[in-house]
Amino acid sequence: MHSFDVLVIGGGHAGVEAACAAARMGARTGLVSFDLDAIGAMSCNPAIGGLGKGHLVREVDALDGVIGRAADAGAIHYRMLNRSKGSAVWGPRVQADRVRFKAAVQGIVRAQTNLTLVQGEAAALMLTGGRVAGLELADGTILDAPRVVLCTGTFLGGVLFRGEERFEGGRIGENAAKRLAQQLRGADLPMARLKTGTPPRLDGRTINWAVLEEQPSDGEAWTMSPLTPARLNRQVFCAITRTTQAGHDAIRANLHRSPLFSGAIAAAGPRYCPSIEDKIHRFGDREGHQVFLEPEGLDTHMVYPNGISTSLPVDVQETVVRTMPGCERVAIVQPGYAVEYDHIDPRALTPDLQLRAIPGLYCAGQINGTTGYEEAAAQGLVAGLEAAAAALGKQAPTLDRANSYIAVMVDDLTLQGVSEPYRMLTARAEYRLRLRANNAATRLTGLGIEAGCIGDERRAWWERRENLRKMFHVKHSERVHARKLADMGLPVRRDQGEKPLAEWLRYDGVTPEALAPWLADVTALDPLLAEEMAEDAAYAPYLARQDAELRDLRASEALPLSADFPYGEVPGLSNEMVERLTRAAPGTLAAAGRVPGVTPAALSALLVHARRLANGQRAA
Amino acid sequence: MSDLPTIFALSSGAPPAGVGVIRVSGPQAGAALAALAGRMPDARRASLARLRGADGALLDEALVLWFPGPNTATGEDLAELHSHGGRAVIAAVEAALAALPGLRRAEPGEFTRRAFANGRIDLAEAEGLGDLLTAETELQRAAALANLGGALSRQVEGWRERVLALSAEVEAVLDFSDEEDAAALPECFTWNIAALADELREWLARPRSERLGEGFRVVLAGPPNAGKSTLFNALVESEAAITSPIAGTTRDVIERAVAIAGVPFTFTDTAGLRDAGDDAIEAIGIARAEAELARADLVLWLGPEGAGPAGAWEIAAQADRDGFTPKAAALYTLSAATGAGLAALKTALVEAARASLPKPGEAALNARQYARLTEAEEAVRAAEHLTDPLLVAEELRRARLAFDRLIGRATTEDMLDTLFGRFCIGK
Repeated sequence: MHSFDVLVIGGGHAGVEAACAAARMGARTGLVSFDLDAIGAMSCNPAIGGLGKGHLVREVDALDGVIGRAADAGAIHYRMLNRSKGSAVWGPRVQADRVRFKAAVQGIVRAQTNLTLVQGEAAALMLTGGRVAGLELADGTILDAPRVVLCTGTFLGGVLFRGEERFEGGRIGENAAKRLAQQLRGADLPMARLKTGTPPRLDGRTINWAVLEEQPSDGEAWTMSPLTPARLNRQVFCAITRTTQAGHDAIRANLHRSPLFSGAIAAAGPRYCPSIEDKIHRFGDREGHQVFLEPEGLDTHMVYPNGISTSLPVDVQETVVRTMPGCERVAIVQPGYAVEYDHIDPRALTPDLQLRAIPGLYCAGQINGTTGYEEAAAQGLVAGLEAAAAALGKQAPTLDRANSYIAVMVDDLTLQGVSEPYRMLTARAEYRLRLRANNAATRLTGLGIEAGCIGDERRAWWERRENLRKMFHVKHSERVHARKLADMGLPVRRDQGEKPLAEWLRYDGVTPEALAPWLADVTALDPLLAEEMAEDAAYAPYLARQDAELRDLRASEALPLSADFPYGEVPGLSNEMVERLTRAAPGTLAAAGRVPGVTPAALSALLVHARRLANGQRAA
Repeated sequence: MSDLPTIFALSSGAPPAGVGVIRVSGPQAGAALAALAGRMPDARRASLARLRGADGALLDEALVLWFPGPNTATGEDLAELHSHGGRAVIAAVEAALAALPGLRRAEPGEFTRRAFANGRIDLAEAEGLGDLLTAETELQRAAALANLGGALSRQVEGWRERVLALSAEVEAVLDFSDEEDAAALPECFTWNIAALADELREWLARPRSERLGEGFRVVLAGPPNAGKSTLFNALVESEAAITSPIAGTTRDVIERAVAIAGVPFTFTDTAGLRDAGDDAIEAIGIARAEAELARADLVLWLGPEGAGPAGAWEIAAQADRDGFTPKAAALYTLSAATGAGLAALKTALVEAARASLPKPGEAALNARQYARLTEAEEAVRAAEHLTDPLLVAEELRRARLAFDRLIGRATTEDMLDTLFGRFCIGK
């Protein structure tokens, strides 16, 4: 009864996805958490998605993950970021009611077949011959499992900072998994520290909303998951305020009391999400910084002021927030704080997120140096799928930089490591034009069905959609003369002859709406698919060019470099190059090219040496 | 590497010659040197040795050099045998080397390839080396040396950095659009892109390195008996003939490649231009002459004033002859027979050639590099005219990719094979 194929430690976003993905693959899976009621808790910002992050949510969802559906269940505010730019960088984002989100996650987890929830504190890993064999709980219970996924977030050696105060633990009010942390340290894994922070939570009843600019939920009908038929909750609005000179002065006067500046926290924090004291310190000339006031739920008065994460003492926090317009009388319900925590250098992981040093042990989420629910969820999904596939002798879906942001992230982490908390950005994906948030299902669900990790409901949805796609293709290939379009007032020259509609869609001003006479009937069957196919048509020349690039890439992906590749023996490689490559242990020549700092000459040397070794092995 | 064969080849010109330099590179180079010379010479010091074959027979008395790796031209152990350059001697030494275990003859380009594989040179430098070794004139040598020294690589790195900076600005707009700091592209963005595109175009318009091989093409034209052949001989006779210009097919034109003051020229003497009348063979000759004129960099016109092709230099030749009719606007009046005016013409030719050939010491692009740079220029130019930042970013990424390929970062084996296929054995 205490035996599993896959054991997942941690019930955060990574742990939930890992456990559910493993279970969907058919593995007997256990999910161990301190507190089963905390599964699905959102520890920071009550928002899911955003630029780059929205892509991850849609991809996890496309592989039948949890986060997209749970986000819809909790959503009280929908916003498509970057709407004015090309659709490949649109960022779907929702604000979620914490209670509803958590309830949805727990509902999905409890309904998942093959998944057992185990309440308890993970005390120590059981190892046999250097391999993972299971887990010992603090109460002495032994759980056997050949594959264990660590999703312990900031619980690993986490320390909270608030002004001069220090607390141990990951989130306020929970214990850090110290024994497990000691064990991992003892295993001599490459570890480092990072920091992150949260803002104070405000009582919405003490905010003067009337004087603030409102940001309503957008008026459209999209949802995070296509399996959510419509928006479920009442929609609320956010408000925008800003910090002021008076607040900045208060921060400056108290900088020495912030652990970030007193030297108490040495670890690197995220550059793209700096604390308010960082912003004031680095961009002192700015008159104010935008702050989004985001309601945390329908049944709570808590408000999350997005943009002022801080570790200043409570009294300073109070002074600062009260200098913001609309917040003159605001009450802080819970002060903000910074967390410094341990993470494993993700270059110690193979692309399936398994620790090279401890076979059978997988790591996902913040423990790998990332930040964000979405990043955590995506890694959890990968680790869960891979662990289950390994335990069952199956094949996980093949993800690469050309088919998913998920793979971009895993590749970046395992090859480049992190110097600050890793957050997804669309700029990280070189094949961004084909990796759109709105075509995640097209890219991934088919792969998921092949691998066996897609449930019946999504499978039925996907198959219906694929049939529709064929109808769209037929419609898009219909040839229409330029004259006809010009007569309709479209900006095309009359002498351009006859072209398929797909080609006309590349022209500026020729929108799917403008082609309604031909496309309206299929569009009505699935407007989202219509949008996706129109974008494919518009981007076609760029995608075709990338295809050629991808052929080259896949050719050098085909040249494998073993984990113990003798970089030290490659002639002409500098010590620095040898060190970088050894640490990152790229799986292929193409991956070696993405290891930072690796020069063209080094790459060529590697190519020749690897081929030489391969030839030698063939001859032997 | 023990599994890597040791290679050898004659590195100097084809025998017979005064000295024949045989290079040996690879793990067995030291052993091979000891086997032939009977002892191990001091590293990096020339010494005299008697070379003997396996049977002990004396092959030659030679200067031998020993360079232990990895700080050698190929990055491997390297030996050089400077023997006498007679055909039989070279053949005997090569045969003795071939008989040693683990040694074989080098394939074309293999020495350079190993230098590249061992990280001694990068791709642009390798190409520079290839050009250097085939250089026959001072100008070719200087251009090749510039590439070998990494001048092109540095230039490309500079462009790549600029594109990276531009990319960063677009990405900020794409990924942080909600931040006030990154709401829109700065005003100078398009201007900067355009400036880069212009700079790339200017580079593309520069003389290419192949031009150095072909030389500056000068065609002598005019009616029969205008003095073309006399002038032709006067121009080429005293100069060093060079042999590398593109393979000429047999044609009814005489072509000579020479270097004047270190600048490569190809001089062409055409059949006399006139109406062919009934003579079919001569008609063919004239057609070819016209084709030569079309691809000439410069035409020296020796015919009646104003009757030559546009842009031709009016030459008044045969100034020493009786009945010489001077041209009103002759650029040069000369007598090939007496040599009068010839020096001035040569100086002017060298000046004209220098202007149209790559400048000494300046990196020049070869065909491969030109293609990559064209790709980069197209992408940057496209980025300049696009409004969707997403597509701007994609074009800038394409430009970076082209730069990467130019300096061999995103290299494929095919490209390497093509590149190294053009080296001669032993280089």
